[in-house]
Order: sequence, then C-alpha cells, then structure tokens
Amino acid sequence: MGAFEAVILTIITASTPLLLAAIGELVTERSGVLNLGVEGMMIMGAVCGFAAAYTSQSAMLGVAAGLIAGVGMSLLFAFLTQTLMTSQVATGLSLTLLGLGLSGLIGEAFTGLPGIKLAALDIPFLSDIPFIGPILFGHDILVYASLAITAGAAYVLFRTRLGLIITAVGGNHHSAHALGYNVIRVRYGCIAFGGGCSGLAGAYLSLAYTPQWIENMSSGRGWIALALVVFSTWLPGRVLIGAYLFGAVWIMGLYVQALGVAIPAQLLSSLPYLVTIVALIIISGNKTLTKVNTPACIGQPFAPER
Amino acid sequence: MSGSAEYLLEARNIVKVFGELRANDDITLSLKPGEIHALLGENGAGKSTLVKIIYGSLQATSGQLFWQGQPVTVANPGAARDLGIGMVFQHFSLFDALTVTQNIALALPPDVDIGTLAGRIETVSNDYGLPLRADALVADLSVGERQRIEIVRCLLQEPRLLIMDEPTAVLTPQEANQLFVTLERLASEGCGVLYISHRLEEVKRICHDATILRHGKLVSRVDPQQETAASLANLMVGAEVAAVKTDRGGKTGKPLLELSGLSLPTDDPFGVALKDIELAVHAGEIVAVAGVAGNGQSEFFDAVSGERPTANAATVKISGQACGKENITQRRRRDAAFVPEERIGHGAVPDFPLSENVVLTHHAVAGGVARHGMINRAAAREVNREVTQLFDVRKGTPDPEARSLSGGNLQKFVVGREMARQPKVLVVNQPTWGVDAGAAALIRQALIDLARNGSAVLVISQDLDEIFEIADRIAVISRGELSEAYPAEDMSLEQIGLLMAGAHEKSTSGVAGS
Repeated sequence: MGAFEAVILTIITASTPLLLAAIGELVTERSGVLNLGVEGMMIMGAVCGFAAAYTSQSAMLGVAAGLIAGVGMSLLFAFLTQTLMTSQVATGLSLTLLGLGLSGLIGEAFTGLPGIKLAALDIPFLSDIPFIGPILFGHDILVYASLAITAGAAYVLFRTRLGLIITAVGGNHHSAHALGYNVIRVRYGCIAFGGGCSGLAGAYLSLAYTPQWIENMSSGRGWIALALVVFSTWLPGRVLIGAYLFGAVWIMGLYVQALGVAIPAQLLSSLPYLVTIVALIIISGNKTLTKVNTPACIGQPFAPER
Repeated sequence: MSGSAEYLLEARNIVKVFGELRANDDITLSLKPGEIHALLGENGAGKSTLVKIIYGSLQATSGQLFWQGQPVTVANPGAARDLGIGMVFQHFSLFDALTVTQNIALALPPDVDIGTLAGRIETVSNDYGLPLRADALVADLSVGERQRIEIVRCLLQEPRLLIMDEPTAVLTPQEANQLFVTLERLASEGCGVLYISHRLEEVKRICHDATILRHGKLVSRVDPQQETAASLANLMVGAEVAAVKTDRGGKTGKPLLELSGLSLPTDDPFGVALKDIELAVHAGEIVAVAGVAGNGQSEFFDAVSGERPTANAATVKISGQACGKENITQRRRRDAAFVPEERIGHGAVPDFPLSENVVLTHHAVAGGVARHGMINRAAAREVNREVTQLFDVRKGTPDPEARSLSGGNLQKFVVGREMARQPKVLVVNQPTWGVDAGAAALIRQALIDLARNGSAVLVISQDLDEIFEIADRIAVISRGELSEAYPAEDMSLEQIGLLMAGAHEKSTSGVAGS
C-alpha cells in the first residue's frame, strides 16, 4: 500500500463520522429544529455501539445499537422541545451534557477492552484492483451508508413531495399548519432521522475509526458537524464537500507533523477549522441562495392554536 | 337536527371561548351557492375566529356546521378542502423560499403530479385573468401576485366555497377590480364566496348578503344593497363614528423635512432599494406616501428616521440641517419623531412597562426623562400618564407592560408617545394599522391637529381612505421610487392606482431581482 493511498483512506475514515452527523442535522434543521445535542447523541451512539458489539461479538449488532441509541436520545429531545415546548437551545445543550455523562457511566465497564472492528466489504475482484480497489471498494458498510444517506437526503429534499413538506415546515410553520400539515409530526420524524445519523456516526467512531471505547471519544466532532451544516447553507452537496475538506486538512496536518515540518502543532490542528470555514464562506457568498435555503423558522417553537 | 338543503353552508349557534374571552358568542351564518356573502365587523369582532372554525383551523366550543344540509365536523383544513372549502388568508400562507408551483403543490392532494402542475397553473391562472409564472420564486413576487397564487391554489381544488379574508387590503385599485371580476365569475359558476372586509364600498358593490359581528356577537344580517356605507359602519361599531375634521388649504411654512437624491441599496435579497427620492414636507402640512405593501415603505421609513443612515449627509435635511449620516437619536434631537409600522417589538418592547417604553424614545430629547445618563422614572411616568390620558389608552393598571395592551390601545400609545412632545417633524408608518374605527379617527385627528399647529407630518400608509381623509399632498411609492407629491384634491383613486403600478418609474425594468 502506497503512502498516497494510505492518506486517502485515512481521510475517508476521518470524514465519514462528520458527514453522517452533519447530514442528519441538516435534515433536522431543514424542518426548522435546531438540535445542539449532536455531540451527545454521537457519544451515546459510540458507547452503545461498542457495548453491544462487545457483548454480542457482532459489529453489525453494534451498528444497530448505535443507531437505536441516537434515535432514542433524539426522541427525548423531540418530546421535550416539540411536545413540552422547551427551549431548543437549552435542551440541545443539556442533551450533549447528558450524553457525555451517561456515556461515561455506561462505558466504565468497557474501558480498555479490545474492540470489534467493522469489517470492510470484500467485493471479489473489484476490491483487488490495485489503488482503485482499496480506495473505492475497500471500506466498511458505514462509509457507503454515509454517501448513500447524503445522496438520498438530497434526492428526498429536492425531488420529492416529502422534501417539499419538510422545507415548508421549516420555512413557515404557521403556513404549513394552515395548509393542514402536522408540523410537530414532521419535526419528530426529522429529529429522529438526525438522531439516527448521529448515532451511526458515533458507532463508526467506536467500531471502525478506533475500535475501542474511550471516554469523550467524539471529541467535539458533533460541534464541527453543526458548524458544517450552517456553513454549507443547508445544502447536502456542500455538507459532503465541507466534511471531506475538513477531514482532508486534518489528516494532512497529522502527516505534516509526522514528517517533522517546523510548523507549530497548534496551528496545524486549528487549520482544518480555518480552511473549512474560509472555503464554506466563499462558496456561500451568494446571499440570495443562502436566504432561500435558510430554514426561516429554525429554533422557533411551534404551538398550534386551540 | 339537520340543516336546510337550500344552503351550501350553515353555521349554527357557534360559540368559541378562549380562556375568559368569548370570541364567538352564538353566531349563526348561512350562505347559498353562487352567493357572495360579506362578513363584517371591526378588529376583534370574531370574524377570523369564525372562518377559522369553518375552515377547520379551530374547533368550536359549541355549535354545529352544516354542509349542503348535512351536519359535518371539520376536524382540520384538510377535511375542509375535501368538502370543497378553499381559503385565501389575510396573512398569506405562502413559503417565500419556494416556487409558485411548489407552493401550490403543497396545498393539493398527494396524488397530484407535480410534473404537469406547472402547465395547469398557467392555464387556470390565465383563464381567470390572474396570470402567474409557475417557476417564479415567491420571494420575488409583489403582494398582488402572491395573492393570485393563493387564489389560483384554491381554484385548482375546484372549490364550492371560497373564503377570502380581507383580500383587497394589499391590492391596488386596479388589482382589486380584477379580483371582483374573478369573484363574480366564480359566483356565476355556482361557487359560494364568504368575503371578509371592512371596506364597505366594495362590500356594497359585490356582495349579495352581509352578516355583521360586534364583540363576538351577531348584530344583524342585512342586504348590503339596501344600506349605505355609513349605516353599515354604524352597525359594525355600534355607535356613530366621529368624522375627522380637516381644513385643507391652510398656509404652509418653510420646508422642515427635505429629501433629495435619497438612494439606498438594500442588503436584504428580498428587500427593496430606494432610488433617487425627492420630497419636501413643509410646516403645517401632511404629506402621505401611498403604495402597495412591500414597495420600499419600510426601507423609506428606515432611511428617513435614521435607522439606516445614508452615505451622503445632504440627502436628508431636518429644519434645513443636513443629517443623512445621523442615527435616529441624533435626528430626534433635531426635534423630529418617528413611529414605525410594527408596534410590538419595533415600536415598543413588549416586556417593558409603558413608562420605560417612554424612556426609550424620550431619553435624548428635552423633557427631563433622562439626565446625565440617569433615568428620572417619575418624569417618565408623568409622560406616560399624559399620553395615555390624551389618547384614551385603555389599560388595567397605571403602568402595565406593553404586551398586555390590545393592538389598538398600544397603537394609540406608540403614536401618542411621539406626538406628546409636539415635534416639528413627525414621520409615521401605518398610523392606524389594525386599529378600530373609533381609535383610528382619534389618531387621524391628532395628526391633523399637529400639522395645523405648524409641524411637518409625513404619513406612510397603505390605506387609501385614510390618505384621502388626512393628506394635503399625496406621493406614491412603487419599487423604491417615489412619485412627485400631488395635492390631494387633484388626485383620484385611478391616478393613484396607475402610480402604484409604476407609471412614474424612471427605470422600467421588470420584476425586481431578475
């Protein structure tokens, strides 16, 4: 395996959890809900994924457990913000704190145990092609799932009636309600989708990225995913670009450091943030496009008149 | 219990209670196919509550609806649409960020093919004389065009009953005429129309029957053809409405507010840029700026008040002094006062008591409300007491929070607060928006009295009746350009309509933003 090939493979590995969490949050925000609990849902996905995989010795059961944990956390958020009308910002922050604390508690018994690695899909012949094989066909199922979910989300949002309804609910919930759409139900669905994606992102961390349980192993990726959504102006294609750009600059920084180039490590580790923000600011320079894609109702509670 | 098959819709003994308030108290209404039925009443009379119940957005506390003689429950707007009830909302239920086709698709049943919808929209809209471009983004359309979307959306559902909530409030006179033609055609095809308005002339013109509400109760059912606008108004208000006294042709003094070459680009993609505005308002006169909503009125107000200073100081002069670069507080110190359109949030802080809201606009001007950065609360309360007494602001406690006042009372407060200091220049946007007839008359009279006492008053309004009632001169704003100000007695509704449609515009570009 050549060095270049290794770099590309690590970039894909670093970008996948960001992409998964960001595309889920994008759909949630498109429906007008700001869920700041991505980090908490992600870490719960990581610990539950690891615990289930270790107990059952099946990585796929771990993935399923991560998904369920993410959805469960997000449904708690949905119940609080949509049914009980609590503040989305405060509830989202609490969800992150809850996730970090609860995952530490659950994970205590699993710290330091050998992990179960999610196997790469081994496609006969295709995976064996030199260079292209490992890069295109040598990944685990979650890498492909992240790309498929992104493409699927873009298709649903822009090509289907369901996507139109989600955009409408996020753009003007009073109008959507007046037209007879169930705003709360649509938002429950989008929040659960976002939670599921965050859970998968977490499971990817503890089953593929570093197959073990380490406390706080999400280390801020949930926040990066949140920022990616905003800077991508709620467009799935840009979230994909942003996630991979971030992953690429991050990995390059590590390699540059390993090569012993005399750049302060702090600068290198802040570089992905700077590059991603600058790049996304440049591509989001079109104000009309930004305004059209921004969910106008984001963060606002909706209570139908009775 | 069953209804009469003669009627398309009957609402019997409808009661709707919100907490302590009986918004609808035993209201009965019936409407035949092919009939245009007016629903009249002041703000807060319960009209909107009643139509929301008919449309399924609200559920009645008690009472029964009948559709073609059969008792029905309308659980939600979807159920109403299934029956054949369509509604055009006063505050449009449109999505700015979506196209015309997408907006309409959202209101149609899920099995409608979006691919062929664009063609149907253009066919139906042209057929009824309401042309629409199916792929246009709603944000780029004028208010009149937005209303067409709502109407076409209803027409595509082939409604049996069309509910229209104050449809002409946002239209030019010509657009309103076109709407009346459409409604008459629908009625002739057997569709019933429930028409909410407080423009009595148009009710007399197109409606066959009228139900009048007051304070949630049914007052009477009359034939509008047999009534005069004045008798309808008296039924709505329950008392004689005081006529506003104006004596035009008084002497005007030197110009106190001058705008020259005022241009302001917009930083909001959905906003309107101001183009080369020229206007002078003299001491002793009221100049009104007419125009359809969304043609730059709020940007114009922001530029004149200093909420958005301009790059060139000479574009705005108050009492002869260039002040285009100054902010609103600096302009207030030049004895100018400003009343914005939105009373809650912009004109007043909802959670502050009235006296603190007085401080917010009085702190920089004479009157002792604030000195050396310290607030004199006693002085603020005194100003509040004067304002609320003079303008008949009705409130439960002496100094309540702004949010606890009803819309009309808060409007009297925000207008009165600025007038209390007898400013030399007053700029007011929509002075009587959403205010009932009695309060509106009070505010209009106060504006006239202020001008007659030697102040220059600039009124931005979309209410043409109001403009003709109070203005000495009238200018019209359309797409950010302001026409010359013509003497009110020389202006007709038709002329204003032409100006609203852009007859004076120098740039004859098409749709903004294209």
